[in-house]
Amino acid sequence: MESAAIKNEKKAHKQENMKKVTGSEAVLLSLIEEGVEVMFGYPGGNIMPIYDALYDYQQKIKHILTRHEQGAAHAAQGYARTTGKVGVCMATSGPGATNLITGIADAMLDSTPMVCITGQVGSPLLGTDAFQETDVIGITMPVTKWNYQVTKAADIPGAIAKAFYIASTGRPGPVLIDITKDAQFAELEFKYKKCDGIRSYIPVPRPVNEKIEEAANLINKAERPLALIGQGVILGGAEKEVVAFLEKAGIPFAWTLLGLSAIPTDHPLNVGMLGMHGNYGPNKLTNECDVLIGIGMRFDDRVTGDVKRYAKQAKVIHMEIDPAEINKNVKSSVAILGDVKETLPMLTEKVKANLHHDWVQEFKKCAATEYEKVISKDLHPEKPGLSMGEVIRRINENAKGEAILVTDVGQHQMVAARYTKFNNTRSVVTSGGLGTMGFGLPAAIGAKLGCPDKQVVAIIGDGGFQMTIQELGTIFQTGAAVKIVILNNDFLGMVRQWQQLFFDKRYSSTELINPDFLTIAKGYCIDGQRVSKRDDLDEAVKKMLDHNGPYLLEVKVEKEGNVFPMVPAGCSVAEVRLE
Amino acid sequence: MEQEFTITAFSENSIGLLNRITIIFTRRHINIESLTVSQSSIKGVHKFTIVVSATLEKIEKVVKQIEKLVEVLKAFYHTNDELIRQEIALYKVPTEALLNSNEIENIVRKNGARILEVTPDFTVIEKTGYKNETQELFELLEKVSGTLQFTRSGYVAITKNKHELLTQYLKEIDSIKYSTN
Ligand SMILES: Cc1ncc(C[n+]2csc(CCOP(=O)(O)OP(=O)(O)O)c2C)c(N)n1
Repeated sequence: MESAAIKNEKKAHKQENMKKVTGSEAVLLSLIEEGVEVMFGYPGGNIMPIYDALYDYQQKIKHILTRHEQGAAHAAQGYARTTGKVGVCMATSGPGATNLITGIADAMLDSTPMVCITGQVGSPLLGTDAFQETDVIGITMPVTKWNYQVTKAADIPGAIAKAFYIASTGRPGPVLIDITKDAQFAELEFKYKKCDGIRSYIPVPRPVNEKIEEAANLINKAERPLALIGQGVILGGAEKEVVAFLEKAGIPFAWTLLGLSAIPTDHPLNVGMLGMHGNYGPNKLTNECDVLIGIGMRFDDRVTGDVKRYAKQAKVIHMEIDPAEINKNVKSSVAILGDVKETLPMLTEKVKANLHHDWVQEFKKCAATEYEKVISKDLHPEKPGLSMGEVIRRINENAKGEAILVTDVGQHQMVAARYTKFNNTRSVVTSGGLGTMGFGLPAAIGAKLGCPDKQVVAIIGDGGFQMTIQELGTIFQTGAAVKIVILNNDFLGMVRQWQQLFFDKRYSSTELINPDFLTIAKGYCIDGQRVSKRDDLDEAVKKMLDHNGPYLLEVKVEKEGNVFPMVPAGCSVAEVRLE
Repeated sequence: MEQEFTITAFSENSIGLLNRITIIFTRRHINIESLTVSQSSIKGVHKFTIVVSATLEKIEKVVKQIEKLVEVLKAFYHTNDELIRQEIALYKVPTEALLNSNEIENIVRKNGARILEVTPDFTVIEKTGYKNETQELFELLEKVSGTLQFTRSGYVAITKNKHELLTQYLKEIDSIKYSTN
């Protein structure tokens, strides 16, 4: 029997937990319950009640006003990718919501945990083509992990709890919650309970022991094993586990664009990057290994080249959290479902200690060839024009592997990915799956706000910079000390390279007449300088990194430089070209 | 080789899920031949019965994509020989034709159809069966009297397993929950 005292206490406790608030306030209280400290967004008519409530919570949640909703989404991504937390962004209905789409699609392809909150017209107006009504639920369905429209204030805490749970568990992804204006105004009894499970959703499949056994047998018999490290290792926080596995079994590893930085770059088993512009060795030798172990990666077509001629000689072991990835692109001999953080140690225990010395040597030989044909010319060019590679080399020499690299999309992205050195995990923010130009600048803002104590260097092309250039305003307003490096070749370089190689040098709409970027930055009180001579480069990089506050370094690079190696579209990885 | 498959997906009852499911097919250029959505025998669980023609490989991938949807509990695929499936068809013929001879009555009897409703103007006939059977009846009626209207449902299907596959699955996930608690 409960005593009266306990009963009263319970009642009091209940009242304390049950606060009457508006739907808008409930949104913020829910975000606070989820530990949100920073969010990105842009106001408008149908989200005004939430912005009004935000006014009272500015101490608890820092809201960053971007200059475009796309910027808010990318900034949330940059924040999420560097901190491991869920990125949060917010926009109004109609154009605000549609402006988020590119960022949402990007987060979907790159498995980035993100919660987007959009305002919606009042529920009586739904379906009437009301002012600024778009069917954002319908539009975002193919590019979200989950989405939900809230029309009743009382449903807000539950929907947000579910949103965070779905966004952050299993294979992460973007979730969108659309809240009608009347639900924002209406009142509810606020009570928050974090979501800890959904009957129809199994975030992490249970690993099967026999599969681990089978994989270990294949690995123990392998003479030429190759491991492919993807972002799954970073998302699962399995950096230590993967190193333990690789070192015990003596297996060389290559990383995907999104797997970069999972392990320190100078690890002796690191044989470089996969993909269309990855390193020579891992591409070529993929078709010579006997066991190929994909770890938290999805055999994207940029990695596989012509999939019909991809690693046909090898037994493929695929370690993956998402069952839909198994046999989607590449058929595996053994699939180990589960979180690699859990499955890697199980596998490590079963594999024999090994070295594969001769096999590792083959990668070294390829690396030497690549160095001679490509890398030395990229990093230490003798021609007068500055190369993108030497800029990255100078940044490496000065940042010493400690900076977070954010890139945009194009040649500079591939060069930065190929040559930047990393000491720490979660040091790369780049748009891999969607290849979104305009991603870099806003993503760098998010990264800097997530990791204020780290140096954040954004490498951006002159084309992509102008896709979200307005976010200089966000940098100005927040003071986010982002170091922006524009590798300016006065071209849409990557497209120009394809035109040169595959379209008879017909440079159709790829040349850019650019503005004076420094003057533009100056308008936002952002310091900077332009470098076009080799002798000035090192000094300029030092100055940028030492500068207290945001900085823009424009480097005029070779106009028609090309990125190699390259696996041309439709070719097999073994056909990787060095020139 | 392309072949007809029936996909059954069990889900929570939520708005928009049908859209999410059809997107999976349309994105891959797979034409949905028939689609039925209804409550399943399990309380609160909805059932999608989707008939498509595709290769086995494509179907395997599509089923995984369906299962990946947050609100989908489980999805299965079956070839036709693993299922008993039926569709229902309704035919409207002029009552006059029925009165003038017993031909229509004979057709109805021979084809295992039945007369649902007779009014002075029209008569409604119902038949359950495979698509080729409902089609055959349609063609017969067309010839004899002409049809005023004809409509058919999508397929509903039941597996030849003794129990509902989902029931077993739900038991499994419940047992996982209990074992970890
Ligand atoms: C939003 C968007 N539009 C178009 C493209 C196609 N595209 C890929 S790379 C590229 C050129 C990028 O040029 P720039 O930003 O100057 O970088 P560079 O390649 O010269 O380093 C283009 C147009 C894209 N990836 N994203």
